[in-house]
Amino acid sequence: MKAKKRSEALYFALRNAKFRIGLAVLLLFIVLAAVGPLLTRYEPQQFSGPSGVPPSSDHWFGTTTFGEDVFTQFVYGLGSTFLVGIVGGGLGTLIGVLVGFTAGYRGGVVDEILNMLTNIVLAIPSLVVLLVIAAYLEVRGVLFESVFIGLTAWPWAARAIRAQTFSLRSRDFVDLARMSGRKSLKIIFGEIAPNMMSYLFMTFILMFGGAILTAATLDFIGLGPTNAISLGLMMNTAVMWSALILGLWWWFIPPGVAITAIVGALYVMNVGLDEVFNPKLREM
Amino acid sequence: MKRYFARKLLVYALTFFLAVTVDWLIPRFMPGNPIQGLIARANLRAEAAQVLYGHYMSAFGLDVPVWQQYLNFWRALFEGDFGTSIWLFPQPVIEIIKRAVPYDILLLLPSILLSWWAGNWVGAFAARSKRLDNSILPIGYILTATPYMWLGILLAWAFGIVLHLLPISGAFSYSMVPHFSWTFVWSVLEHWFLPFASLFLVAFGGWAIGMRNMIIYELEADYSHYLEVLGAPKRLIRRYAFRNAILPQITGLALQLGVIVAGALATEIVFSYPGIGYLILQAIQNHDYFLLQGCFLFIIAGVLLANFAVDVTYLLVDPRTRVGMQGEGA
Repeated sequence: MKAKKRSEALYFALRNAKFRIGLAVLLLFIVLAAVGPLLTRYEPQQFSGPSGVPPSSDHWFGTTTFGEDVFTQFVYGLGSTFLVGIVGGGLGTLIGVLVGFTAGYRGGVVDEILNMLTNIVLAIPSLVVLLVIAAYLEVRGVLFESVFIGLTAWPWAARAIRAQTFSLRSRDFVDLARMSGRKSLKIIFGEIAPNMMSYLFMTFILMFGGAILTAATLDFIGLGPTNAISLGLMMNTAVMWSALILGLWWWFIPPGVAITAIVGALYVMNVGLDEVFNPKLREM
Repeated sequence: MKRYFARKLLVYALTFFLAVTVDWLIPRFMPGNPIQGLIARANLRAEAAQVLYGHYMSAFGLDVPVWQQYLNFWRALFEGDFGTSIWLFPQPVIEIIKRAVPYDILLLLPSILLSWWAGNWVGAFAARSKRLDNSILPIGYILTATPYMWLGILLAWAFGIVLHLLPISGAFSYSMVPHFSWTFVWSVLEHWFLPFASLFLVAFGGWAIGMRNMIIYELEADYSHYLEVLGAPKRLIRRYAFRNAILPQITGLALQLGVIVAGALATEIVFSYPGIGYLILQAIQNHDYFLLQGCFLFIIAGVLLANFAVDVTYLLVDPRTRVGMQGEGA
C-alpha cells in the first residue's frame, strides 16, 4: 500500500514539467560538482597560468588576477555549495521539525516557550552571533558554516510545521490513537508525521535553497570559510580585486549563475511537488 | 489585544537583552587585543607604550571587573554612548554611524516597501491568468533565487562598466561636497539607483511568487467556490481572495527583514555605498570592534523596530487580533 502510494507520487512528479526541469538543472550541477575536480589539472588556489586571461581551451573559464583557474575554483565551490545546502538545510529542517512538532502537539506552556524562543532566534541578526563565534575559531571550514546556518535558519520551518501539526492534532484518527493509550512520541511519528511527509520534504527543499543563499551572503561579507573555496568567496575576491573595473567578467559571472540556477531549480521543483501533492493545484 | 501586545513586547525585550549581551561580547572575545593594535600604530618606546596602554585601558573602561563592564555597557547604551572608534580614532562611534544611517534608510525603506507593494500587485494579477503566469513565474523564481550581491555585481558591470550609464561606487560624486543643490541631488540619485534596483528586484521576485501562490490557494478555498456558484463577479471574488492572501504576506515581511538587511549589507559592499554594511566591512578589516559593536546595535534596534511596526500593521489589518482571537501566527 505504502509502496504503491509512493510510486503514484513519483509517477505524477515525473509527469510534472516544473519538477522535471528543476530536477534536470539540479542533477546537472551535482554531476558537475562530482566530476569537475577530475576534469581539471589544477588546485583551486594554485598559480596555474598567466593572470586575468579570458576563457580558452586551456582555462575553460579563464583565470583570476592571481592566475588561478576559475573553472577549478568553480567546481570545488559547487561542492561547498551542496555541502552547505545539505548540512545547513538538513539541520535547519530537523530542528524546525522537532520544535514544530513539540510546540504544535503539546500546546500550552511548552508552545508558549518554544514560540518565544522561535521569535527570538528569528529577530536576532545571525551575523552578530556569527561574528562572536568566528572569533573563537581561527580556521573556519565549510562544515562549520553549514552547522551555523542550520542553527539559525530553523525558526521559519518551526513556525510552518507547528501550524500544520496544530491542525492535525485534533483530527479523529489522532484522538483515537491517543485514546488507545499510545505514547505521544509514537503518535507524532506514527500518525502525524506521515500525513505531512510531503510538507516536510518541501520544507527541506526550501531550507536547502535558503542555506545556499545565506552562505553566499556570509562568504561575500568575509565571514565565510577560511580554508576552502566557495562560490560566495569567489565573488568576494572578484569584487575586492576590482574584477569589475578590469572587465574580468569570467571571474564573477559563473559563481552567480550557478547559485541562481541551483536555488531557482530547487524553488521550481518545489512548486512542481506542490502540484503533485495537492491535486487542487494541478489543473487550472 | 492587550495580551497580544504584552506578549509581543516581552519577546522584544528578551530579544533585545540577549542581542545586546551577545553584542557586548564582540570586542571582548575577538582575537588580538584591539588596544595593542592602536598603540602599535603610535610607534612608541616600550615605557611610553606601557603608560599609554594603561591610559587607553581606562579610557575604554576595560580596567574594571567584567561584570561592571557589562553594567557600564548598558548604562552607556542608554546615554547614547557607543564608545570610540579605533579605525577613525578618536571619533566617537555614534558620530560615524550617524553619518551612515541616512544612506541605509534611503536605500532600505523604498526598496522594501516598493518591492512588497509591487510584488503583491503583480503576483495577484498573475495568479490564474495563464499568459501572465507563464512569464511572471519564471522571472520571479530566477529573481528570488539570485543572491543580492550578484545581481548588484551584474547591474554594476552592465550599466556602469559596459554601458557607462551610471556610477558604481560611493553615494555621490567624489568630487562633490554635500550641499543642497540640484546637481548634488542628481548625483545622489544617480548613485542610489543601482543598489536600490538590485535590492528591489530580488525582493520583488519573492513577493510576487508568494502572492501568486496565496491567491491560488484562496481561489480554491470553499468560500471562493461558494461565491462562484452564487454567481458573484470574478472581480469581487478576487478582491476577497486578495484581502485574505495579504495577511500571510505581512507576516512574511517580518520574517524576511533579516534576509533583506543582510542582502543590503552585501549590496552596499558591492557599490561602496557608505551605509552600515560598508562600515561593517571596514570595521572587520581594520579590527575596529567598537565600531562593529555599534553597527550591530543599530541593526538589532532597527530590525526590532521594523518588526514592531509590522506587528502594529497586522493588528490594524486583521480584525481577528482585535477581538482577542490571536489571528494567524501570533
